[in-house]
Amino acid sequence: MDPGRLLHTGSQAPQSLAAHLDNPAPDDSPRAVSRTSEKDPVKTFSEACLMVRKPALELLHYLKNTNFAHPAVRYVLYGEKGTGKTLSLCHVIHFCAKQDWLILHVPDAHLWVKSCRGLLPSTYNKQRLDQPAEASIWLKNFKTTNERFLSQIKVQEKYVWNKRESTEKGSPLGEVVEQGITRVKNATDAVGVVLRELKGQSSLGGFRLLVAVDGVNALWGKTTLKREDKSLVAPEELALVHNLRKMVKNDWHGGTIVLTLSQTGSLFKPRKAYLPQELLGKEGFDALDPFIPILVSNYSPKEFESCIQYYLENSWLQHEKAHTEEGKKELLFLSNANPGQLERLCAHL
Amino acid sequence: MRAGCARSRVPEEPARGAALGQGRKGGLKNHMEVVPRLRQRQNSTAAVGERDQEASFGKRPILLWLLRTRGYYELATPGGGAGHAPRGGSHTQSATSRPAPRGTPPPPSLHPRDPPSPTGACAAVRPRPFTLQPWSPAAKMAAPSVFWGAAVSYRLFLGGRVSLALRQGVWKAAAAELQILRLRHTTGVTAKKNVAALRRETYTVDFIKKQIEEFNIGKRHLANMMGEDPETFTQDDIDRAIAYLFPSGLFEKQARPIMKHPEQIFPKQRAIQWGEDGRPFHFLFYTGKQSYYSLMHEAYGKLLDVEKRQNQLQAKGLFSEKTKTKDLIGSRWLIKEELEEMLVEKLSDQDYAQFIRLLERLLTVECSAEEEEFVQRFRRSVTVQSRKQLIEPLQYDGQGMAFSTSEGKRKSAKAEAIVYEHGSGRIKVNGIDYLLYFPVTQDREQLMFPFHFLDRLGKHDVTCTVSGGGRSSQAGAIRLAMAKALCSFVTEEEVEWMRQAGLLTADPRVRERKKPGQEGARRKFTWKKR
Repeated sequence: MDPGRLLHTGSQAPQSLAAHLDNPAPDDSPRAVSRTSEKDPVKTFSEACLMVRKPALELLHYLKNTNFAHPAVRYVLYGEKGTGKTLSLCHVIHFCAKQDWLILHVPDAHLWVKSCRGLLPSTYNKQRLDQPAEASIWLKNFKTTNERFLSQIKVQEKYVWNKRESTEKGSPLGEVVEQGITRVKNATDAVGVVLRELKGQSSLGGFRLLVAVDGVNALWGKTTLKREDKSLVAPEELALVHNLRKMVKNDWHGGTIVLTLSQTGSLFKPRKAYLPQELLGKEGFDALDPFIPILVSNYSPKEFESCIQYYLENSWLQHEKAHTEEGKKELLFLSNANPGQLERLCAHL
Repeated sequence: MRAGCARSRVPEEPARGAALGQGRKGGLKNHMEVVPRLRQRQNSTAAVGERDQEASFGKRPILLWLLRTRGYYELATPGGGAGHAPRGGSHTQSATSRPAPRGTPPPPSLHPRDPPSPTGACAAVRPRPFTLQPWSPAAKMAAPSVFWGAAVSYRLFLGGRVSLALRQGVWKAAAAELQILRLRHTTGVTAKKNVAALRRETYTVDFIKKQIEEFNIGKRHLANMMGEDPETFTQDDIDRAIAYLFPSGLFEKQARPIMKHPEQIFPKQRAIQWGEDGRPFHFLFYTGKQSYYSLMHEAYGKLLDVEKRQNQLQAKGLFSEKTKTKDLIGSRWLIKEELEEMLVEKLSDQDYAQFIRLLERLLTVECSAEEEEFVQRFRRSVTVQSRKQLIEPLQYDGQGMAFSTSEGKRKSAKAEAIVYEHGSGRIKVNGIDYLLYFPVTQDREQLMFPFHFLDRLGKHDVTCTVSGGGRSSQAGAIRLAMAKALCSFVTEEEVEWMRQAGLLTADPRVRERKKPGQEGARRKFTWKKR
């Protein structure tokens, strides 16, 4: 794994990641092969490990067999709360990163639709709203994720930011990113530019593009943002959301789109909703249709076992009964093999 | 405490304080011991008749005794002798049940011409065992009048005069003649010293005997009323009958109506310990705790006997070291209160401990059967296993899988659980997985408890429905339902363990009502100094 790459997990992803990393070969048993250390800010284990599980393996299998001439295929990871959708996404991203794809990763789309402070009217389009803070954060992440490509990809149009600054045609993408980072006011537009360029250029075949969005149901739900006159903002009035929607549309080829639904950060959705229909709503469902749904479920007995083993090996479980059979059964019952619950339970032990 | 209606057992402190209000004040000391007699007398209307009777039978104690114990029953009600003669048994009832509490109408079974009790207040001096008044003439007829054989003749004789007497101020007449009666009363029976009566309410032997007879008659009447055989009417039947006839919603079980043998209601009292010459009967009287010390003396004597016997055996060489283990399980020593009750004497804690130690020492050495029996008198059996847990029968569904259903409640949540015998530990609540239904770990721990206790964590599948209550009470209700359902898959011993663990007991705690004048059940309003 290239130490230069950083994997940014979404805010909801648990800090300690379980078990074993895959060497891109076995797609049958989710057993350990090797572990690697990454520079991720995971303080607990001083390493970040993912458990290889079936949904991720399935996805990887599809990815390996994609035909890049066809329009981008959309995969939607869905499942109940805490089953590991985000981490499966991370796994896929990691794989693609290893394969040297260009990764467009939105850690959590929900962050863009709630609790934003500086909403500015868009410089590009008067009806839309800008979110300078979120955009600049994302640009920074993008920069660190895809350093290599920033110099490779060339911009195909000229973009004028304001009276004094503009980006010439043919200049590397890195410049746009820099511009967005330095001039925060234009950050959203920079993001839009990046997205547009990438979409256009991935079809050319110079690189493969992976669009990974976590919590994609945020793009079609409601927001909690209000304008100064206290009127609610619809998602499409946010420039970021608008651009991302365009990205997620499968009218380009040369890459894939992997999406995750998430109820945890969603607004105005019941707790028990996890199906795509429920979380995306009619609009979102129609926009994303057709897609390939991949269900992520709770741990199977083997997976559960391996998770416990991992905790034990790292001395995460200090309780004396944790390594006994009864203890494991208790944990299994209490968490019902839900990875999120199990993690929370083990945090106490 | 008022007599007349069903009464509960006497509380320790005379709550007859209400009626004893007069007794407590010094001025009516005489009245106190007058009253017991009075209550027996004033309704018995034996006032005048009694005097005459006693005058005539004064020198014949046996007849006097008969009259007193039996005759009063007949003389209880006025209003025509012969016509009411057959109401022999019922007279007692009306006599004793008449002193009704003030403010309540007299029980309907009273004869309308019976004068109301003028001593309603002081009549309730002592608790009276409840005696029922049979209303139907048939019942009255059925009342055995064998007891009254001897006294029947008196009734007719006294009937006419009695009515007259009653109409005129029973109270004064009774009070007046009681002075005379008291003198006569002391001749036949060991009389209580008046000083004793001042200290505490005392019951004469006569009174107790009378109560016992009334109780027996009442029992027979009750049996008749319930349509059962009076001969085989046990105390359990009585309790059930009373619970049926007087349903009470009171929480305190001891405040509900009871009808028990007077031995159990009236505390045991001691007769006078010394004779007419003032000399005490018991040789240990001057120790102050004569029964206790005599008991200790006896026990120690037995111990010495046993040791002497053992020494003799040892001398002869026949001493065997075997110590038979006595079966002490299932019985316990008397508690101090029980011992006090047995000896009718106050003990201190050290006394009690000393006595128990002595008995235990007696047990350690080998003793013969009579000593065993002596010790066993001071042991009470303890139920080893409390009531049997009702075990649900197994049912079989279409695929041949065994399952069992039961219900559970907690606080206002009701749950019904179906536990399947073979499964993988999945639980569905109202069709939703339990992980989603109970996001809080605490609730899931509650669900885990029965299975974890029995070590059957992943072995059963459960489907349950629950409604009402909150999150925690729903979890508790499901837990109870599951535990009860699991009983059918599990051995008896394990059922007992579950019961002891508290898995099979419904939690009786309910929300306490809010009281007026307070903000909540316990919280008072903010106290302001001004």
